[in-house]
Amino acid sequence: MITALRKEFLLQWRTRAQAVAVFVFGATALLLFSFAIGPNSAALRQHAAGFLWLGLLLSSTLTLSESFLAEMENRAFEGLLLLPVSPRALYYGKAVANAIQLIVLGIALVPVMVVLYDAGTTEIPMLLLVIALGAAGISAPGTLYSAMTSQARAKQTLLPLLLFPLIVPVLLASVKATSLAILGDPMGQATSWILLLVAFNGIYWSLCGLLFDRVVED
Amino acid sequence: MEQESLAIDASHLARRYGRRWALADVSFQLRRGAVMMIAGRNGSGKTTLLRILSTAIRPDVGRAAVLGHDLIREKEEIRRETALLAHYSYLYESLSAFENLDIVSRFCGGPPPAAALDRVGLADRADDPVATFSAGMRKRLSFARVLLQKPTVAFLDEPFGQLDPEGFALVQQVVAELKHGGATVIIATHQVDRVAGFADVHLMLEQGRMVSP
Repeated sequence: MITALRKEFLLQWRTRAQAVAVFVFGATALLLFSFAIGPNSAALRQHAAGFLWLGLLLSSTLTLSESFLAEMENRAFEGLLLLPVSPRALYYGKAVANAIQLIVLGIALVPVMVVLYDAGTTEIPMLLLVIALGAAGISAPGTLYSAMTSQARAKQTLLPLLLFPLIVPVLLASVKATSLAILGDPMGQATSWILLLVAFNGIYWSLCGLLFDRVVED
Repeated sequence: MEQESLAIDASHLARRYGRRWALADVSFQLRRGAVMMIAGRNGSGKTTLLRILSTAIRPDVGRAAVLGHDLIREKEEIRRETALLAHYSYLYESLSAFENLDIVSRFCGGPPPAAALDRVGLADRADDPVATFSAGMRKRLSFARVLLQKPTVAFLDEPFGQLDPEGFALVQQVVAELKHGGATVIIATHQVDRVAGFADVHLMLEQGRMVSP
């Protein structure tokens, strides 16, 4: 899996301009959402968490569909499958690389959210943990579906269509936990949402790893 | 022939794409260390046969064993001992020649790619991205990829395509080296004249069916 991960980082580094474009897309989405609320700082702050995850979700479809683009050129992924390597290792390599990319994107969008939505927080470790778990929860099924749709003509449409309904629980838990980190958590509810995120990550990462062989073979 | 001496034991292999049978009822045995030429027109099923035997795709009908391993149930064992030079280069455009081969080398636990790059005459372009390579250079790099895998059975699909005369000689030398090292080589080609001289076995396909064993 280390070799697979190393390959993913190398490919991501070579197409790093794409990562900048995805960040700009996410930041622009946050800016546009803030226009919808208007100059009401209390309302902006209240909706900040939801819009952060909406921006990250929209950006993630670009990141995830791009992750299989290089694999489809010259059928490089088929070439990898014909090597003595487990498809599962290839999946986990790609899913972890995608998760890291989404985590970095999420962290990069936080200052944009703070500035646009006046949504500063002192709960930085909790916010980072939620971003990490939420991004991982999007990446695991996202990578699987990206592999499934990579050969389809309408992959840009098909990927969100398949992915979004599946990750509703992860998004719900991420938005709630982020909201509690920003607005305060007097009832101590954040732990429950974080545990829900951990549970969904456990299910997604194990199930998608098991299914990947069947998706990519023949 | 005894099972242990067989590199390939194919029985009634067939594969269809949609309603068209690309390959139908192909059966043959090939001993270890032999060079086999598969000839036939465009669309005769040569590529489909190589892709089935290299486990890239499954047959719809029939069974086969490669080096004694079942094609469906023992894919990983087959992939450990075979290499496919396909129509597609299997290369990443944004990575350099060295990086592409380094990935293969790491997955196969093979030697560093420098010697393979040198063997195909691309040592001086090792750090250039594949996107800047000509079709012939990509073919050479794909050949280096096959060499890195140190296959016991090598499947070469149109190995002479896009190559210059120097490249033709390179392919013939490499096939001779593989054979000398005990490997089995199966070559699908239109260029019968170039292979017929050193192939031990000929197989002719027409519309997916064997014409002569």
